[in-house]
Amino acid sequence: MSEIIVDLKSVSKVYDETVALDGINLYIRKNEFVTLLGPSGCGKTTTLRLIGGFEQPTEGKILFEGKDISTLPPYKRRVNTVFQRYALFSHLDVFENIAFGLRIKKLSEKVIQEKVGKMLEQVNLTGFEKRDVNSLSGGQQQRVAIARALVNEPEVLLLDEPLAALDLKLRREMQHELKSMQKQLGITFVFVTHDQEEALSMSDTVVVMKDGRIQQIGTPVDIYNEPTNSFVADFIGESNIVDGIMRKDFLVDFGGSSFDCVDKGFGADEPVDVVIRPEDLVLIPAENAKLTGTVSSVTFLGVHYEMLVEADDGISWLVHSTLMEPVGTRVGLGLEPMDIHIMRKVSAG
Amino acid sequence: MKRSSLFPYVIWMTLFIVVPMFLVLYYAFTVPTDTGATWSLENFHRFFEPIYLRVLGRSLRLAVISTVICFVIGYPAAMVMAGNAFSRKNVILLLFVVPMWMNFLLRTYAWLTLLERNGVINVLLTSLRLPRLNILYTESAVVLGMVYNFLPFMVLPIYSVLSKIDKGVIEAAGDLGANSFRVFTKVVFPLSLPGVVSGVTMVFMPALTTFVISRLLGGGQFTLIGNLIEQQFLVVGDWGFGSAISVVMIVLILLSMAIMSFFEGEEKSVALW
Repeated sequence: MSEIIVDLKSVSKVYDETVALDGINLYIRKNEFVTLLGPSGCGKTTTLRLIGGFEQPTEGKILFEGKDISTLPPYKRRVNTVFQRYALFSHLDVFENIAFGLRIKKLSEKVIQEKVGKMLEQVNLTGFEKRDVNSLSGGQQQRVAIARALVNEPEVLLLDEPLAALDLKLRREMQHELKSMQKQLGITFVFVTHDQEEALSMSDTVVVMKDGRIQQIGTPVDIYNEPTNSFVADFIGESNIVDGIMRKDFLVDFGGSSFDCVDKGFGADEPVDVVIRPEDLVLIPAENAKLTGTVSSVTFLGVHYEMLVEADDGISWLVHSTLMEPVGTRVGLGLEPMDIHIMRKVSAG
Repeated sequence: MKRSSLFPYVIWMTLFIVVPMFLVLYYAFTVPTDTGATWSLENFHRFFEPIYLRVLGRSLRLAVISTVICFVIGYPAAMVMAGNAFSRKNVILLLFVVPMWMNFLLRTYAWLTLLERNGVINVLLTSLRLPRLNILYTESAVVLGMVYNFLPFMVLPIYSVLSKIDKGVIEAAGDLGANSFRVFTKVVFPLSLPGVVSGVTMVFMPALTTFVISRLLGGGQFTLIGNLIEQQFLVVGDWGFGSAISVVMIVLILLSMAIMSFFEGEEKSVALW
C-alpha cells in the first residue's frame, strides 16, 4: 500500500446554518483513483472544494503529505481541478488555456511549448492550438480542461462531475481515457459523480456519501456486494429491501419464512433490513419455494428481463433474470444464504 | 422580422440622420457666393489656424483627462459592486443611477451653487477654518463636471461585464497557481475589456463634444470644440465653418471608435499584461 497523500480529519463544513459536511474522516493514498459518490447535496462537491482550497473547513483539518493545508489558498496547493462547467478562459486560445499554469510559474517558452505540445497529444487535440475555446465541442472543451490541469503535473487531480455534460457514448470513451491516463501518469485522482455505474467502473476506492456523512468506503466490489446499510444498497444498483427479524446468528425471518444467512452479531429478535439484489433471486417452481408470488409485470431490458413478483404478504420483489415467466404466472423465488444481506435499521432517513 | 416592417425606421433614419448628415457635409464643403454657393475647402483651411487647433487640443486633453479619471474611479467601483462580498451593491448601483433620472442641465447647475465663491462647499470650508476652494470657472471645474456627469456611463458597462464573469473561471485561475493579483491581470481584466472599451467610448465621446458643462462650469472662459460649433451656428451664423468643425469631429470620433474596436478585437488573443 502506498503512502497517504490527502487526509481529512473530522472535517465539517457549515454554510449559514446548513451542514454540508458532518465530521468526515477520509484518507486518500498516492496513485489511487477515489470516487466520491452520492446524490446531489450529499457533500461530495464540498469535500472536493475543501481539498482544492476553494472552501475552508468550519471544523477539522485537511492534511496534505502530513502537513495541515486547511487554510492554504488554492494557488499554493499542489492540486489541480477539472471543473464541472470546464471554466475555460474564453479570452485565450486552446494553447494559452493549457499554458496558463505554466506561464504563471514563469517557465521558459521552450519548456512551455514542449509540455503543452505533449499534453495536446495526450488528449488528442494536436492541431487545435490556435482554436478559440468557444468554438470547441463539449467533449473537446472537456479535454482542454483536463489538459490545462494535468500539464501542471499536480500530485492530486480533482474532477468535479467532469463527464456530466457529455452524451452517453462520449462519456464512456472519456471514462476509459481518464482511467488509462490516471494509470499512465500515476497521479492521484479524486473524482466526484452521482453516477454509480461510472463510480464502479473507474475507481479503486468508492466513497458513498449522504447528507454530509460518509456511508461506506470500499472497493467497487465491496460496495456492491457488501453494502453496509440499506441506503448504500439502494443507491448502488437496484435492491429489494424488506423488513426482517434476526432470530439468532445465521438465521433471519422475512417474507413469512426463516432463512439461513451468513450474518451474525445482531441481538436476538432484532428488527433488521434485509437486502437482496434482483439478480440473486432465481425463478423456481412455486411448490418447493419459501417465497412465492404472482408475476405482475415484465419489462425486457436487453440483456435480461425485469419482473415484479407480488408476494401474498404484500411485498413486491424485483427480479432480474434471463428467463421470463408471463404476467399472472405463479412462481417461486429461490436464493442462496450468501445473497441475503442483513443490515441494521437506520434510524430516521 | 419582415422587411416591410423596417420601413418606418428607414424613413425615420433617412429624415433625421442621413439627410442632416448630407446637409452638414454640403455646408462644410461649400462657401456662399452672390449667386449661391461654390465647392471649397476654405472652411477646413480656417479650422487649421492655431487658435482653433488650440481649442481642439484643449477639448481632446480635457476629454482624455475626464475619461481617465472616470476609469480610475469607475473600475474599482464596478468591481466592488460585482463582487460577491458586498451585500449592499444594489444601493450603490442605485446611487449611480438615480442622478441619471434627473435632467443633465439641472445636475450641472447644482454644481454651480455648490462651487460658488459663497457656495455650500466654501461655507462649509470656512466654517471649519479651511481655505476656500476656488475652482469654479477653471478647467478643474469643467473636468469635475464631466466626471460627475459621465461616471455612470463608465461604471455600468464595466459592472455588467464583470458581474457576468463566471466565478468558476476565477477559481480555475487560482487553482492553476495565480494569486489574486495575477487572477486580476491575467483573467478578470482581460475578460472585462469589452466593458472597459464601451465605458471609455461612452465617456470620451460626450466629453469631447460637450458644450454645456464647459459653458456653465467654465464660465465661458474655456471654449471647447462643442462651444465653437454652437457659436458658429447660433452666434456668428457661419454655418459653413460650423459644419466643417462638425465634420472634423465626426472624423475624430470615427477614428477613436476604430481604435477602440481594434483593442476590443485584440482582446481575444492578447492579454494587456
